[in-house]
Amino acid sequence: MTPRVRGGLRLDANKARSTRSPLRSASVPAELILPLDQHAGAPARPIVQPGEAVLLGQPIAEPHGDISAWLHSPVSGRVAAIEPREVPYRVDPAQSIVIANDGRDARFAQPAVDYRAMSEGELRAHIARGGIVGLGGATFPTEPKLSRSNVASDRHLLLNGAECEPWISCDDMLMRERAGDVILGARILRQAIGATKCTIAIEDDIPLAAAALRAALDYQDDIAISVQHDIYPAGGERQLILAVMGREVPSGGLPADIGIVVQNVGTAAAVARWFRDGEPLISRIVTITGSGVREATNLEARLGTPIAALIADCGGYAQEAQQLIMGGSMMGLGLTSDSLPLVKATNCVIVAANADLQPRGVEMPCIRCGDCAEVCPASLLPQQLHWHARDQNLGALLQLGLMDCIECGCCDYVCPSQIPLTQQFRIAKIPVSSELQARSDASAARARYEARNERLLRIEQEQRERLEAKRRQLTGRKQ
Amino acid sequence: MNKSFPAATAPHTVGSNRVGRIMGLVICALLPAIILHVIVFGPGIVLQIVLGVTTALVTEALALRLRQQPIRQFLCDGSAVITAVLIAMCLPPLAPWWLIVSGTAFAILIAKHLYGGLGANPFNPAMVGYAVLLVSFPAHLTRWLAPDIAGLQPVDLSFGDVFHTIFTGQLPDALRWDAITSPTPLNAVRTGLAMGNTLQESVASPIFGAFGGKGWDWINVGLLAGGMSLLALRIIRWHTPVAMLAGLMVPAAFMYAMDPGTYPGPLFHLTAGATLLGAFFIATDPVSSATSNRGKLIYGAGIGLVTYVIRAWGGYPDGVAFAVLLMNLSVPLIDRFTVPRIYGHER
Repeated sequence: MTPRVRGGLRLDANKARSTRSPLRSASVPAELILPLDQHAGAPARPIVQPGEAVLLGQPIAEPHGDISAWLHSPVSGRVAAIEPREVPYRVDPAQSIVIANDGRDARFAQPAVDYRAMSEGELRAHIARGGIVGLGGATFPTEPKLSRSNVASDRHLLLNGAECEPWISCDDMLMRERAGDVILGARILRQAIGATKCTIAIEDDIPLAAAALRAALDYQDDIAISVQHDIYPAGGERQLILAVMGREVPSGGLPADIGIVVQNVGTAAAVARWFRDGEPLISRIVTITGSGVREATNLEARLGTPIAALIADCGGYAQEAQQLIMGGSMMGLGLTSDSLPLVKATNCVIVAANADLQPRGVEMPCIRCGDCAEVCPASLLPQQLHWHARDQNLGALLQLGLMDCIECGCCDYVCPSQIPLTQQFRIAKIPVSSELQARSDASAARARYEARNERLLRIEQEQRERLEAKRRQLTGRKQ
Repeated sequence: MNKSFPAATAPHTVGSNRVGRIMGLVICALLPAIILHVIVFGPGIVLQIVLGVTTALVTEALALRLRQQPIRQFLCDGSAVITAVLIAMCLPPLAPWWLIVSGTAFAILIAKHLYGGLGANPFNPAMVGYAVLLVSFPAHLTRWLAPDIAGLQPVDLSFGDVFHTIFTGQLPDALRWDAITSPTPLNAVRTGLAMGNTLQESVASPIFGAFGGKGWDWINVGLLAGGMSLLALRIIRWHTPVAMLAGLMVPAAFMYAMDPGTYPGPLFHLTAGATLLGAFFIATDPVSSATSNRGKLIYGAGIGLVTYVIRAWGGYPDGVAFAVLLMNLSVPLIDRFTVPRIYGHER
């Protein structure tokens, strides 16, 4: 069905355990930590003061810059502090708003709005005010992503429900239990970009979610459902576009450049709640799983809830808890402490036992087997990149497409020599991207220099012509 | 109380394939052919393998020590063992001990470690070792025993006889070389044609069965079974063997159609000499072969074609070793021109 997809791996999904029990609400802690930079782009700016009372859903930080997002209080209470706190997605602490929960959940007045009466621009502005960011894990603010699509005339909304990474099941549970939210959100998003077409892509291993979506669509055919094989990383944005539409996003470009906007199904559901219920993005569904936790399940949790509280909600740690991962086992972030808060990006927390993960063996030299190239979804040659990354040969790395690497980890997974390729590529990208920057700076400087030369030449030419004209005038008068 | 965990980077889990597993499975896949070799040609090959593997491990350890590399880690990867076993399979079972010892030592020291060891050698070490022996001691490499089947072998060689011959280089007093040896099928055809016989007259000899040389056909069935299991286990990909067999058999079929009196047909080439050993176990060596699937097709087809050219018109009865080495030489070029189109890039 999807012969166009390249590479990829069939991995053990490990999703059965967390999808056995229905979705439930996590308990709300006494203190919530909301980092100001938990979305991609520039950090938000606080608009509340320490000590100030806040209501559930009240904006507490506003976007700053082109790519940024609103932040809302997930509970009612008081701003306890605005200070740096440890966060899951980076090493150094991030400035955060800490809210002391008063336990009353008193709501900030926010009327529901009817999207059908709104223009594209109004819809996008309202989406921005809801603090909506991509909930698939990349947390790119939704409004700027929607606005970028203006460049193409024929627009297509692609909802990503292909949750390809092992362990993560929050989108599956969302679609099973709240398919109506996903469909409503899809219609709002579609109208917000003036798209003619809308497709929801899912994998073939979640039949219950597919049935729920079809039931919610109720024979209306304005939204198509595309079922893909569950091959990792089919849910990667670029891979999904190729699989569903047979098109490739140009290297260095964005899907919006070819008129495609990809949004996670969770993002669509968040948009629906914001428009229908007036509830901004203050919670998300998170999979708590792994053999290190007693009861694996999906929780709907308020942003800012410490991960330790989520695990306590799932019966606490089992004996064999050895590793803590935010995200899936292929691309997730290793966490060093469970005191870190749930953020907009936290789709999954794996409390892994040793048996859940196959540890890396002793690294051997590359034997050029080419298995890495076979599984690379971007059709790169990881083995060649490996040689050149070791030699820091930036030119060769650029030419071999290092910047097209999506860091999915497939090459690592199959490497018989156990070379940590993905980590090597992540590190190699740093000098390569500064090289790219330098090149574009250099070409900008050259353009400026050439423009200046041209300007000087033009001025000189004009002066000469004026002089000439004057001379002609003078000689004319003499005659 | 908060719990802390060790830091880790993605991917947090890896597959179960390892270099040692690949090499181990390749050795296992050679076992059927080795067992059939013992049935057809007696226990000589076992002794050759023991000598070769011992030499390979000793020289590998020595080279690793000189290069200050972790000895145990690399000694256990199995790659040196494969080199030794492949050389042993190319040598006549009664070849003197110093042949396998010097060939293997050359392969490991010069062809492998001088270039940087595992993963860094441009040439297939086993083929380098074999080619050196073939060029230096051609006479020793023609003394193939007559297969001990269908009454082709008149003498019953004991293990003692085999041991004595390999270690002294002399046959026991009661035996003579021309009594127990027999030309290989490729040699038989070559000398037959050189003597002015037609192909049909040459293959009329009792050493030929329905599919090439008697006894050799059995060993080839073993090699085919081993190769198929490697394909099924995804240790090798189909591209190299299929391309090599096609590169050999297509010109063979063409020449056979043009002049069936002089050129043996494709089936003869399929089961003759080192064709199947080469296709499944030598050309598929990842280190010295092309890496992309398209590259492997070109690389394999080149080996097949060069093998055919050497067999049909060259100075040696078989050409697999030289063909492999020649195509090893072309790998950087092939790799350069078979880079796949990257996602989102124009061609």
